[in-house]
Amino acid sequence: RAMELPPGHFPAARAAALAVGYLRYLRGGPSSGLQLRELRRARLQDIDDVGHKYYLELELEDVLDKDRTVSCTAEVLYQLGSKSSAPDVQLTVQGELRSTEEADQEFYNRIRSLEKELVAENIPDSHGNVPPELEPIHLLAWAASGYVIWQNSTENTKFHLAQVKHVKQVKRNDEDLQFDFVVLLHEMVSQEVLPWEVTLLWHPQRGARVPQSRAMGAGS
Amino acid sequence: HQVLRIRTKNEEEVKQLQLLESLEHLQLDFWINPSAPALPVDVRIPAVSVQSVKAFLESQGIQYSILIEDLQDVLDKEKQDMVESAQRQRSSSSFDFGAYHTLDDINAELDHLASEYSFVEKIQIGESYEKRPLYVLKFSTGGSKRPAIWLDAGIHSREWVTQASALWIANKIASDYGTDESITSLLDKMDLFLLPVANPDGFVYTHTTNRMWRKTRSKIPGSICVGVDPNRNWDAGFGGPGASNNPCSESYHGPSANSEVEVKSVVDFIKNHGNFKAFLTLHSYSQLLMYPYGYKCTRPDDYAELESLGRAAASSIRSLYGTTFQVGTICKTIYQASGGSIDWSYDNGIKYSFAFELRDTGRYGFLLPANQILPAAKETWLGLKRIMEHVRDKSS
Repeated sequence: RAMELPPGHFPAARAAALAVGYLRYLRGGPSSGLQLRELRRARLQDIDDVGHKYYLELELEDVLDKDRTVSCTAEVLYQLGSKSSAPDVQLTVQGELRSTEEADQEFYNRIRSLEKELVAENIPDSHGNVPPELEPIHLLAWAASGYVIWQNSTENTKFHLAQVKHVKQVKRNDEDLQFDFVVLLHEMVSQEVLPWEVTLLWHPQRGARVPQSRAMGAGS
Repeated sequence: HQVLRIRTKNEEEVKQLQLLESLEHLQLDFWINPSAPALPVDVRIPAVSVQSVKAFLESQGIQYSILIEDLQDVLDKEKQDMVESAQRQRSSSSFDFGAYHTLDDINAELDHLASEYSFVEKIQIGESYEKRPLYVLKFSTGGSKRPAIWLDAGIHSREWVTQASALWIANKIASDYGTDESITSLLDKMDLFLLPVANPDGFVYTHTTNRMWRKTRSKIPGSICVGVDPNRNWDAGFGGPGASNNPCSESYHGPSANSEVEVKSVVDFIKNHGNFKAFLTLHSYSQLLMYPYGYKCTRPDDYAELESLGRAAASSIRSLYGTTFQVGTICKTIYQASGGSIDWSYDNGIKYSFAFELRDTGRYGFLLPANQILPAAKETWLGLKRIMEHVRDKSS
């Protein structure tokens, strides 16, 4: 009852981008970033009165360690007529990527010990440069964007993080790191580049959480 | 100083020359010493001794001719040649193809290529909305309106890897003509027209104001918003699905087909030429190799050939660094989009119409690091070359 979809065609590609965005949010951190290496297989099931469900087989890689990949099966359900709720994503990841515990802890300690709160702009810059010390921030923005992408995607959208326009660290009394981002999200179908404000909390053991996000006014 | 070539007829004459050689005050510099009658003798003679040496040879009946009338002249010319060559070396390697450049720098490099290669000419096909020239490099080794290939880049200004790649490709083609068999046979049969910056106003705007600008910079009557999506403005399903009628939209199709001078200039040029066989356009990002249609989701008549050629080109691309490009029609691969350039070219009889979306797949997107320009250009070139070779073979 599930129809086979060509992986190279856009319906499957959009669902895959959504699944990867969600996974980036779940697993994202300053020391690794998951990227789609290949969409192996995609099937679509039209469920009456419920919506469209995509079954995906993905191969993923860590952008900082491309020699290793993991497989992932995902089910993405775009609910019928629902403008307000995010697509439902169920994932199973097979295999392990390299451990980032040490690098994560090092980053955490470095940021916690900063006298002045970190502030940065335009990551990457116009020429695609990311200074090495800002790469972890870029990857955290990827995790934060993953949340926004997951929450706001439909079958007619495909989002990517285009640029971190601005980031400001906010010191907290608890143990989380807080970064307030302004990110530019590129939406492939409309070709719009949309600014979003996203707050990200991150902790080496607790991982990433987005307590709030909102689309900014039109035009940038 | 003169250099003489002396032709001795017998041993006696050789001995005379050997005598001459022993006269050190003449300061003769024998480039080929007198040894046997059959061999010529070349000798450099200081200016002050020229008359007396010639008088001697003539009095002995020894035949000679002037090899070099004025050695200094020769030396001066050689030095000048070397200086010019060094300059060329310096100036041709002073343009860094692996970096992003401003419009002015790109235009300067176009001038440089045109001046360095006799078969490369820079022509202007029109002006942008803000009156910037639209420069095309014409590659032609002769003939009269040979079957031609069109290649453009940067129609969407934020797609910086495309303008950069187009420059590298221009230099590659120019410098490899005469040594690379494929390029040589291609340009011996066909002409190539390359428009590296199809949207110069947008490009300048991405440098000065907004790196993410996509459209032209034309003022739209009745709207505070600026610019038209130049790849929704072509007369192919104009105004249909996949383009917006909202001037503030990034995919705004414009008030009418060809309303954008950047588009109209290309349309007029191609129509007036009348003998284009291929229309190739570069975009970024997504790593896709697409053929018509975008405005409708039905297959073009030449589907089988275009799909097969597309796959072959993608395979060539992959052979270099393993970069994978998806192949298919625009409508199936990316989205339905009306008013696109390759749909127009295809419906106007240019069978080999392809649109490339270059690196990457989203990690950097439009902000592709400069250190990926050369790999992107090189792999893309292999795909373009594969297509051009096919077009060449089918056009002869």
